[in-house]
Amino acid sequence: MKPTNIKDPEYFHKVIDCQYACPSHTPVPEYIRLISQGKYDEAFKINWISNVFPGILGRICDRPCEPACRRTRVEETPVAICRLKRVAADFKSDSTDFMPEVPQEKNGRKIALIGGGPASLTVARDLLPLGYTIDLYDDQSKAGGFIRTQVPSFRLPEKVLNQEVDRILNMGVTTHFNHYIDNLQTIIDKGYDAIFVGTGAPRGRDLPNLPGRQEGDASIFIGIEWLASVLYRHVTSTPEKVLVLGGGNTAMDCCRTARRLGGEDVRVIVRSPRADMKASPWEIEDAEEEGIPIIDNHSPIDFVIEDGQLIGMHFQKMTADYDENGKRTLLPADEAPVFMACDQVILAVGQQNAFPFIKPESNIAINKYGLPELDETTYQSSVPNIFFGGDAAFGPKNVITAVAHGHQAAISIDLFCQGKDLHVRPAPWTNLVNQKMGIQDWMYDSQVSTDKRYAVPTVDRVKSLKNRLVEVELGFSKKTGHEEALRCLNCDVQTVFEHSTCIECDACVDICPEFCINFLENGDEEDLRTRLLAPADELSQSLYVSPPLPTGRVMVKDENVCLHCGLCAERCPTSSWEMMQFTYNSAVAGQK
Amino acid sequence: MSFERPDFRHPKLAKNSAGYSRKDYEGAISTLCAGCGHDSTTSALIQACFELSIEPHRVAKMSGIGCSSKTPAYFLSRSHGFNSVHGRMPSVATGANMANRDLLYIGISGDGDTASIGMGQFAHALRRNLNLNYICMNNGCYGLTKGQDSATADKGSAGKKGKPNPYTSIDLCELAIELGASYVARGFSGDKTQLVPLIKGAIAHNGLAFIDVISPCVTFNNTSTSTKSYEYVRDHIEATNTFDFVPLQQEILAHYPEGTSQEVVMHDGSIIHLHKADSSKDVTDRMKCVNNLELEKSKGRLLTGLLYVNPEIMETHDIINSTLRPLNSLTEADLCPGNNALQMINASLR
Repeated sequence: MKPTNIKDPEYFHKVIDCQYACPSHTPVPEYIRLISQGKYDEAFKINWISNVFPGILGRICDRPCEPACRRTRVEETPVAICRLKRVAADFKSDSTDFMPEVPQEKNGRKIALIGGGPASLTVARDLLPLGYTIDLYDDQSKAGGFIRTQVPSFRLPEKVLNQEVDRILNMGVTTHFNHYIDNLQTIIDKGYDAIFVGTGAPRGRDLPNLPGRQEGDASIFIGIEWLASVLYRHVTSTPEKVLVLGGGNTAMDCCRTARRLGGEDVRVIVRSPRADMKASPWEIEDAEEEGIPIIDNHSPIDFVIEDGQLIGMHFQKMTADYDENGKRTLLPADEAPVFMACDQVILAVGQQNAFPFIKPESNIAINKYGLPELDETTYQSSVPNIFFGGDAAFGPKNVITAVAHGHQAAISIDLFCQGKDLHVRPAPWTNLVNQKMGIQDWMYDSQVSTDKRYAVPTVDRVKSLKNRLVEVELGFSKKTGHEEALRCLNCDVQTVFEHSTCIECDACVDICPEFCINFLENGDEEDLRTRLLAPADELSQSLYVSPPLPTGRVMVKDENVCLHCGLCAERCPTSSWEMMQFTYNSAVAGQK
Repeated sequence: MSFERPDFRHPKLAKNSAGYSRKDYEGAISTLCAGCGHDSTTSALIQACFELSIEPHRVAKMSGIGCSSKTPAYFLSRSHGFNSVHGRMPSVATGANMANRDLLYIGISGDGDTASIGMGQFAHALRRNLNLNYICMNNGCYGLTKGQDSATADKGSAGKKGKPNPYTSIDLCELAIELGASYVARGFSGDKTQLVPLIKGAIAHNGLAFIDVISPCVTFNNTSTSTKSYEYVRDHIEATNTFDFVPLQQEILAHYPEGTSQEVVMHDGSIIHLHKADSSKDVTDRMKCVNNLELEKSKGRLLTGLLYVNPEIMETHDIINSTLRPLNSLTEADLCPGNNALQMINASLR
């Protein structure tokens, strides 16, 4: 293999599994380290710069970082990254020092944001400090988009939501609430320099052709609409027996909300096997802990109506068949239909994009999936000054993806308004700082904690099931947060190898607890992976290869389960190994 | 500074046939200088014991004084051990061995502990062919007292102080062959592919197995003028042979080219396969072995590998015809066989 180019910012970035997996590339180990030091303000600031909504995401994030966490490969459970984010938000002071200055004198550019969700708010946050004038249009009375209407209060209290949304609005966004745009052309005609569409995927899927759908309409609801009705108190109770159809997070929110509004026998019915459910494992767990059974492999046949009243549903049991490519086909099992009695059905079987406000006269190209034709890097549509982001761009994803889109769209809009090439993106800001503090002493806590993942305390179930406004999770205390933070393996503190000073004494090989380090004859990657001291079969993890050493051999380090404990550097007599903290901050709008 | 290693080990590492993982053979974290050759030797010992599936509680680690003699703290922490007086490891090992012949004895010593203060002890353990794995971590200097030349420092070699050693060095391997050791090898801490099989062969050997491990002192004797530096040893190393150690009851799978291979069947039935570049280097002929060493020395080369082996020589217990059982297993009936036995002895003398 060729020597690894550690000057490429993406090499060490990839070693920081959590940050690499995060769509917004939040510097996770750095903020976790600050939490362990009790520096909540600093930890919050890092989060706020990167993911804009630490308090919200610390509760409801989809956490792509956690399955990526190195600890899952070293032991069973990842660091509770998401809940530590909440620790930073919970314990930060009231100081607003982290807020950037918004210039009084504007740069003369006006931007319209359609939809007040996380993507639009991120664009506003990124562009306001650069002097842009921002107009935000939303058909609701408050900003937040689907975070507000779809996420129940027992997962995200309104107070937290308002705090984080208002923080951005108060930077100087001109808001136009209760203002439904029925034709985008009216905004285009106002002569904005750029328009950002962040309207989400607002339409919940229905099952219109299922027999009995029309007759039972009074007792059948679309999940996301029902959740919004609960929020606005149009719905305040449910009957005793409720069936929730669907296997995603919306289904989990619906069933848990129904449980709080009077549903005694609430069940979730999923078409596919449980393993294929889209809902996050922790949300499924939370639902089950509230006494809600998840019944998988049941496909709906019809709504059963008696005397004009919905009394239940029939389901066909299914079996999943996987071909050699892992592609799944659901086949009806050879069994009689199952009847389940119910008084109400909530359909949470997916969401779709809808752009009824985009008329042909605006010339925005829409592809065969009903989504706008976009440049995948710049999010620019076929109309050069119109950009899309969040669920409205590439279909329903999650909040952190919407935030990442917002950052990129803000960069694009800023470049566009300056007449620059949108594809010449600003580079990430990186830095590599030696952690040496003396002989064999480091600036970071190199001891590896063997503690198991700490559970987040919750309120009494009886109390929380009585009131949908009571937040279930209490969040970590400062003490537990500290202990959990110490579980982080400091993957941003890189093991950097200098081949020219190495005397090949093997000290690093001998001390490494994980057998990551090898000195051997070079070969191609496939060959090297078979010859290392420990199995190197995790192909997604890089091999760090040095230039040839005096004996003709090379150093090969498998990054897979490195604990970043610093022992290789401590035992190196020539400081050929150094522990260096790698900082990777994604580019932001206005960055040179 | 770390005082202990993290608890985690690579999740995909295998266990050996005794059910132990490599971690079960480790010891405390080393307090020797970073880069010390002794740590690599320790690591090779751990690897050899792991690969041979030795039960840690059936091992006794004996040592004297010095950097090398500290290392039993850094491997096999579940084994027995005795850290004895300077240079007296062979006596203590002899006593322990006499009392319990069932344990595996690993004697750790250094060049000071062996070739200076302990020379007399060393010589007599060799003579008796004590069943002991004697590993000498040889760095040519007294590292624990700031690097003075030891008795194995080559004439003309200069350490950190810069003054060339004026005296003739002692070649411990030649001495061992001379004085009756039945397994003599030389390794280099920086070459575990050679050292691990050497240690495995020594463990399988019945009798005194002596391994002189050139183990550079990174602090005091790793200079460009030293003949025991990493660089010098790598440049001047000459191997008698490369070899595979095939433990008892294990199928021989490797294929060896004819004429260059020599098989040595060990006492316990395991086999050492030697692959030799030069077929004249017979390792079972004592005179030739000493000649080989001298010949390479005259060329300025350092001969390593298995230098001499003779599985036929009797070890101490066989020579003195001692009991086959550990002393702690002997009962009163064994030790006082009674009047009848006494009468029989007396009768035989009449």
